[in-house]
Amino acid sequence: MKSFLENLHDTFIVDDRWKYLTNGLKTTLLITFFAVIIGMILGFIIAIIRASHDKTGKFKILNLFAKLYLTVIRGTPVMVQLLIIYYVIFASVNIDKVFVGILAFGLNSAAYVAEIVRSGIMSIDNGQFEAGTSLGMNYSKTMVYIIIPQAFKNVLPALANECIVLLKETSVAGYIALEDLTKGGDIIRSLTYEAFLPLIAVALIYLIMVVALSSLVSRLERRLAKSDRG
Amino acid sequence: MIEVKDLKKSFGELEILKGINTTINKGEKVVVIGPSGSGKSTFLRCLNRLEQPTSGKIIFEGNDITDMSDKQLCAIREKMGMVFQHFHLFPHLTIKKNLTLAPVKLGLKSKEEADKKAMDMLKKVGLADKADAYPNQLSGGQKQRIAIARALCMDPDVMLFDEPTSALDPEMVGEVLNLMKQLADEGMTMVVVTHEMGFAREVASRVMFVDGGYIMEENSPEEFFSNPQNPRLKEFLSRVL
Repeated sequence: MKSFLENLHDTFIVDDRWKYLTNGLKTTLLITFFAVIIGMILGFIIAIIRASHDKTGKFKILNLFAKLYLTVIRGTPVMVQLLIIYYVIFASVNIDKVFVGILAFGLNSAAYVAEIVRSGIMSIDNGQFEAGTSLGMNYSKTMVYIIIPQAFKNVLPALANECIVLLKETSVAGYIALEDLTKGGDIIRSLTYEAFLPLIAVALIYLIMVVALSSLVSRLERRLAKSDRG
Repeated sequence: MIEVKDLKKSFGELEILKGINTTINKGEKVVVIGPSGSGKSTFLRCLNRLEQPTSGKIIFEGNDITDMSDKQLCAIREKMGMVFQHFHLFPHLTIKKNLTLAPVKLGLKSKEEADKKAMDMLKKVGLADKADAYPNQLSGGQKQRIAIARALCMDPDVMLFDEPTSALDPEMVGEVLNLMKQLADEGMTMVVVTHEMGFAREVASRVMFVDGGYIMEENSPEEFFSNPQNPRLKEFLSRVL
């Protein structure tokens, strides 16, 4: 019977197998980071189109596309979307898998970000719009300088949570043979025939990241609440 | 200055304004009173097209604003200050930024000019010390005075007041009315929807009674209060005075 430390040594240290975890973590963070950026930018654009349509009746066609997009993305599993983007859309192109991952998770996240931001815009009292327009500001100026800053502040915690969810969702990236953190742990498992240590290690790394991010979010929430009290 | 011709406004099936005709001249202080639901606020909100009139014409300084592009309308609104019942200050901006946002972003004033104007206006409303505070740190009366200052920073030709004291605690009504009185004395053209009969009597050059979607009676405040003609107005006055 091997001791725990020997086990640890055999699983991670021999052949530098720990590198599967660190390299995987790098990939996971890389995908998450850029997917968040794509998600935020695209999500904001969709939210503004949808909210503007709801408020002014403009952008009929764009709104239709946006609605279709949200329905498809939110109505299908992210894993299926990932597989389709890799094996169908980019089937005949030799393309970097990390890029595919970023694209898939970014496009997926955008749909959720869009609905979060839209609800934030719609939650701002219509009086703010009226105050802006009564000062002679047009719709887009009112939106940019008055509505969006307030909406953004209101939904900041929800957006931060979406980032946390995204971080965990990237764990299905292994299905297109992307060596992310989860896949890295799984590779160690297949090499050592030892499942317990690598998978628990992977889980712990996710947990630490999520707990750290969550505590950042709740600190953010407290600070925002403070400025509300004036 | 503002000419209103056969103004009608419906919300779905409900006809709120059934034909308003009036002219507001430069320097006039018109106070609009009437029971709730009479359409007096809707009338005021049609004047700067916050509500789109169903039919009729509103001519402001020679331009018909009822069929105007959004762009032209923005230019018109710069000249029509509006003060709301619930203030609608921008909570994410400091008081000073509240006052300078529109003049600067619309390119009417440089930042320095707007800052100077804002400080002048804050002094005028007696709140210069609040320049760097946020709206949530102020009392209702202070908020409304800031809202008036914000509208004044646009150098408007006319000020529209939509029940400016209705959301205030009683002890704060006075400070806002005093400020409005001061504005009136300086010659600002004003249209005020209010329930403050004392203000109407003291400040108005003309009082207008709106009920059932029409202007039922308009007259100088002396005649209006001491010698009302319309039976609905008589009844209304007997209830509120």
